[in-house]
Amino acid sequence: MCHGPACCDRESLLFWKLTEATPAQKRFAIFLVFCVTLVNAGAQVLIKNGANGLGHPSLIATGIAILTTPQLFVGYSLYAFSMVLLVVALRHGELSAIYPVIALTFVWVTILSAYFFGDQMNALKLGGITLIVAGVAALGRGSGKGAVKKS
Amino acid sequence: MTPVSSMLYVFVAGFIGSFGAAFLKAASSRLRLNMIALLGNGHLIAGIVMYGLSSVFFVRGMAQGELSVLYPMVALGYMWTILWSRIFFGEPLTWGKMGGLVLIFAGLAMLGLGRSA
Repeated sequence: MCHGPACCDRESLLFWKLTEATPAQKRFAIFLVFCVTLVNAGAQVLIKNGANGLGHPSLIATGIAILTTPQLFVGYSLYAFSMVLLVVALRHGELSAIYPVIALTFVWVTILSAYFFGDQMNALKLGGITLIVAGVAALGRGSGKGAVKKS
Repeated sequence: MTPVSSMLYVFVAGFIGSFGAAFLKAASSRLRLNMIALLGNGHLIAGIVMYGLSSVFFVRGMAQGELSVLYPMVALGYMWTILWSRIFFGEPLTWGKMGGLVLIFAGLAMLGLGRSA
């Protein structure tokens, strides 16, 4: 039911409260999502390693493999844990500033793959890593100031 | 050549994932460490399901095709997320965010090129 412009504003329409986070809370949120990317990368490496030699199992076989292969089990548990961290990070951070930081996962996976799987490093990979890190830094700096369109 | 199906999988993964992230954000403001409250938090359930579903699509998409094409498509998911943040949560769209997104897009493309080389 809407009786006028007062109740049609974004907040009452979407029934969740937007609270202003303190700078310390915002920093903590960035730190948490940084942890999310590290945990996620570890999970991916474990899952990739654990899935080697499984072939293309059916859905049920995949479920059983996750429960019985230690590397897969730990990998997926870490993945679930990273989601919990993400939710806590989102609590006090801007979604638009927090979520794209997850791209750092690609950086860690590339580095971990070089270390554990012997993948060759090359100039393109290093350039890509540099650009992603620069992009994440720009995102962090850009949150909360210098709005493109003032509302 | 990268199959269109792989591109579609990655595209859908990013799209669903962006909604998952928005639901998780909505859920995070009403978090209480209580099993009943957690299970009754519809946003949380929706967020977890969509986030998990997006990773299934993502893995399917990444199974075949060139990473130099598929990696930057992941950044499309971030683009949607920034859009939903603006629409649903009123977060400001800043030059830093747009510049960051462009850098991440270029970085993922380069990393993908390096990995397929």
